[in-house]
This record gives sequence, C-alpha cells and structure tokens, in this order.
Amino acid sequence: MILVYISSQNGISKSAFEAVTYARKLDSEVCVLTCGSASEAQLSAFGQYGAQKVLVDRKIDGSDAQQLTKLISQYAQELNASTLVFTHDFVGKAIAPRVSVKLKAGMVAGAIALPEANGSIKVNVFSGKASGFVKVNSSVRIISLLANSIPLELNETACKVEEITANTGDSKIKVISVKKPDGAIPLPEAEIVVSAGRGLKGPENWGMVETLAQTLGAATACSRPVADIGWRPHHEHVGQTGVAIRPNLYIAIGISGAIQHLAGVNGSKVIVVVNTDKEAPFFKAADYGVIGDAFDVIPKLNAALVKFKAANN
Amino acid sequence: MNILVCISKSPDTTSKIAFSNDNTQFDDNGVQYIVNPYDEWYALVRALELKETLGGQVTIITVGTTTDEAIMRKALAIGADEAVRIDADPKDAYYTAMQIAHYAQSNGFDLVLTGKETINYNGSQVGGMIAEALDAPFVSLATKLEVNGTTIQLEREIVGGLELIEVALPVVVSCAKGMAEQRIPNMRGIMAARTKPLQIIAPQAIEELTNFIQFSAASSKASVKMIDADNMDELVALLHSEAKVI
Ligand SMILES: Cc1cc2nc3c(=O)[nH]c(=O)nc-3n(C[C@H](O)[C@H](O)[C@H](O)COP(=O)(O)OP(=O)(O)OC[C@H]3O[C@@H](n4cnc5c(N)ncnc54)[C@H](O)[C@@H]3O)c2cc1C
Ligand SMILES: Nc1ncnc2c1ncn2[C@@H]1O[C@H](COP(=O)(O)O)[C@@H](O)[C@H]1O
Repeated sequence: MILVYISSQNGISKSAFEAVTYARKLDSEVCVLTCGSASEAQLSAFGQYGAQKVLVDRKIDGSDAQQLTKLISQYAQELNASTLVFTHDFVGKAIAPRVSVKLKAGMVAGAIALPEANGSIKVNVFSGKASGFVKVNSSVRIISLLANSIPLELNETACKVEEITANTGDSKIKVISVKKPDGAIPLPEAEIVVSAGRGLKGPENWGMVETLAQTLGAATACSRPVADIGWRPHHEHVGQTGVAIRPNLYIAIGISGAIQHLAGVNGSKVIVVVNTDKEAPFFKAADYGVIGDAFDVIPKLNAALVKFKAANN
Repeated sequence: MNILVCISKSPDTTSKIAFSNDNTQFDDNGVQYIVNPYDEWYALVRALELKETLGGQVTIITVGTTTDEAIMRKALAIGADEAVRIDADPKDAYYTAMQIAHYAQSNGFDLVLTGKETINYNGSQVGGMIAEALDAPFVSLATKLEVNGTTIQLEREIVGGLELIEVALPVVVSCAKGMAEQRIPNMRGIMAARTKPLQIIAPQAIEELTNFIQFSAASSKASVKMIDADNMDELVALLHSEAKVI
C-alpha cells in the first residue's frame, strides 16, 4: 500500500496527479491523504490516476507542517504503508523530511524516475550536472517526486472519498496573508518555459517574451542578473541559486549559458537557444540554436508559431 | 537572541563533477570548496543582521571533516562568533540532521537557520529533519524574517505565491533568496576569524537511512542543430515533428 500526501489547498496541481501516477506504478493499492476544503468531486479525480481512496481531514488547513506530520504518520502506520509519496515542491520540502524523522523512514528527495531493479532511485545531484542512485535502508521509504518526471497516465479506478479527523493538536503557525500572482503557471510545473537574459537590454523589452509565452501557453523565466537588477520578479530566476526546472521545452533568449544558469535548466527535454554570439556557451547545451538578434528573431518565431497553431487547430 | 546557523560546503559552482571507485564516490581531486551559497548569503548574513540589531550570539555548525574547516573560517570571517564541527563525513541527511539536533538540544537556541538546500545533493531535507527532532515548527523556503519579541514574522514561498506567517520561537527556518544580501569578509574579519573558537565534537552514534550506491555524469547533448534566423517556420516544424514538444 502506497500513501500519497497531496496539498489541495489551492486547487490540485498536475504534480499531484503525477505523484498518484507514480504511486500506482509502484503498487496497485494507492491511498491519497489531504486536508482542507477541496470538494468531494475534486478529490475523487485522483481515481482517474489509480487511487482507490482519498482521506481528507477538513479540520486543518495544511499551513503547519507539524500538524501534517502527525496526520500523515498516523495514517501511514494505520494503513501499514510501505512507501509514502510527496511532491518535491514547497509542500513536500516542508513536510516530507519531518515525516522521515517521525517514522524513521529513509527519504529519497527529488526522485526523477521509478525505482531501478535494485531498488535504488535516481535523483539529480550537483545541480543537475550528474545523477545519483539512492538506496533506502529502512523498511518504510519516503519518495518526493520532482515535477515533470513522469508522464501522467490514466488508470480509471473507483475512488471513495472519506472524511477523517486525526489528533494533530493546534497549529503553531498563524497565516497573516497570502500573495498570489494571478493566472500565472507555476514555473516548476510549466511544460514550456520562455526565458530571457541580459541580452534583452531592459525590462521594457519583455513584451515580446510575454507574447511568445502566451502563444505557447508557457511560463516566463529569467537569468539571475535580470532578477537582481529588478527587471523581472525574483520568482522567475532560474539556475543554481534560483528555481530548478525541467520543462519539455526551454527557450533561452539572450542568455549566455553560464554554468550556474545551466544547472537549473539542464533537465529540460529540449532546449532552444537564441543568441547573437555564435560562441555563447549555451549553444553547447542546446538542441536547436538560432544565431541572431532577439529583437528580430522572437517576433518572427512568434509569427511562425501563430501560423502553425492556426493550421493545426 | 541565540542563533545556530547550519553551514555546509559545496564544490565551487564551476567545478568539474567527476566520480571515482566505479562511479560510487564523488571525486574531489582538484575541487575547490565554497560555503554553500544559500547557507552563506541568506542564512548566515540574516543571522548576523539580527544579532547586530537585537544582540546575542551566532554559532555556526558543520557536520564535516577537517577539509570543512576552511569554509568554517570563512563563515567566521564574515562575522559568526564561534564554530562547532561535528567530526564526521556525512553521507545521509538524517544522519546529519540528528547530529545537529543533538547539539542544538543540549545547547538551547532561539533560532536555527539552514540554507534552502545544498547545491551538491540538493535534498532540502536537513532543516525539516532538525525541526522534527527538536519538536519545533519549521518554516521552509523563507524569503524574509523579522523578529517581534518572542514571535517572528516570515514570508515563505508556497505553490505559486508567497505567504506571510507568524510563529513563536524557538523555530527552525530554511532560508532562500530575498532573506539577505551577500557580504564580503573584510581584512579585519579575516584576521579575527583566526582566533575565534572552533570546537570539535565527536559524533553521536546514528544510523544512516539512505546511501548513494552509484553516480553517473549527466549525458551530454548530441550536437546542436542550427537554424537560420530567417527560417522560423523550420524551427517550429522541427519542434513539432522531430522534438514533439509543441
Ligand atoms: C555562485 C553563483 C551562483 C549563480 N547562480 C545563478 C543562477 O542561479 N542563475 C543564473 O542565471 N545565473 C547565476 N549566476 C550568474 C551566472 O554566472 C551568469 O553571470 C548569468 O547567468 C549571466 O546572465 P545572462 O546570460 O543573462 O547575461 P550575460 O552573461 O551578460 O549574457 C547575455 C547574453 O545575451 C546575448 N545577447 C546580447 N544581445 C543580444 C540580442 N540582441 N539578442 C540575442 N542575444 C543577445 C549575449 O551574446 C550574451 O550571450 C551565478 C553566479 C555565481 C557566481
Ligand atoms: N553537513 C552539514 N553540516 C551542517 N549543515 C548542513 C550539512 N548538510 C546540510 N546542512 C544544512 O542543511 C541545509 C539543507 O541541506 P540539504 O538537505 O542537504 O539540501 C543546508 O543548506 C545547510 O544549511
């Protein structure tokens, strides 16, 4: 039996369904555990990916990892779960290490694949410059799954939603306010990312990047200096010291391809680089390269995509 | 305010990553180690700023071997008051966290700060594990931290946004970008660091719950396909039919 903890606080993300898909591939018995106020209809959607049961504690809101640790550990023990699966995002990073200590269960942080035949699990190490295979020595294991690591797979299963209450105590964390950029696709989950760097010369030139992103249904990102000088918001900064992403398609415009930048994006399946300098190091990490001025190339690329979309609709 | 900052080393970001012993070990031959950037730029500097305004003491702790003393001296040069090294070569986040938690428990701290993650094994695990062992709240990926008497206010990242929260001390916090700005140690700091205390403590007997059995260098890309800047239709066609990403 696999127990998957999911945050349903702000709607259910694609990585939550990925975690259930992953769990279903490990074992035919999958139970999802969550808290908060998501509707029964929303929660029973986990059945599409193979969960038989969703347990929801409506009493707690999920902002205190200490409460969640009590909830998750109690059900892991009651259900005799052999593996616990989390998403390796803000949620998993806050909770999974705590549960690991509470259950004394070894944790694989940031899994990017299903277990190998020898039981070890692949993760990125050295900021994506290499990979490593982690073996868990305890009888119960915890796996936190990096977004976009496994394709979603439907596995229609009858799914029961059950309300539970666990003895989790009071929350020690008081939420004062929440800021959400509206409508934006969270960067780590985006399948396509359009990113630009210092080559764009100034924040006033990002219009064409946003237009291209819109055409592609992509999220936008940037290099570190661009976030540091305030041309773009900090949450868009990708790389070693920013967000690490692994979209299907990463388009890098006017970014030199410094090793610290590559560290955050080299897990992308396909990389397109647009740069005026044919010696830019990014071309070595690219699948497709265009030598040219962004101010010329990007509008043309956008037009070609618009034409393609119209023809393929 | 008594603050413990967890400091780890990581290979300089431009280091070549190679493995030895049949790809079972990181080969650090010729590798230059730096203080893990999150630990230095965000956790340590914020701790020093808090000490400067509120008074108190900043202790750094590292689970590591003698090789780690160079980066510990750097942290002292930036301004930490004293350093503790738990003498072990950590291979597992649980092992590391339990060592630090044991020290923190026996010495008592208001605030324990870690970096967001190490840039070598990138687990983002140690902070949460310390918090659970201390039965303290854990605020992960905090981008701002202000002390308000016996409570602190923090801003932290949540899925697709930011949350402002309040929590009572003691607490464990993992620090991300936004928390503070990098500080360059000055000559006086570097001189003073030489005489600051660096205590070495024997590790507790703690098991390792995980281990790396194998590494592999990332496979390098097949060579790049260049497309003429005047032929974006071709790029779109390739992305569709060859790469299958649109
Ligand atoms: C410890 C450490 C951590 C770091 N972490 C990160 C990180 O997480 N993320 C990150 O991004 N960086 C990081 N850096 C910084 C990194 O080393 C580079 O300095 C940075 O990535 C460069 O940003 P850039 O490519 O936008 O700018 P530049 O290096 O200035 O490159 C601009 C590029 O744009 C091209 N260009 C100019 N004009 C045009 C045009 N009109 N059209 C098309 N192309 C054009 C140029 O040829 C050039 O290649 C880190 C550095 C250190 C030391
Ligand atoms: N060996 C260590 N000694 C002291 N602190 C550490 C050690 N390893 C990790 N940490 C701290 O824990 C944070 C998260 O590490 P990790 O879980 O490995 O990503 C780091 O940013 C450090 O602050």
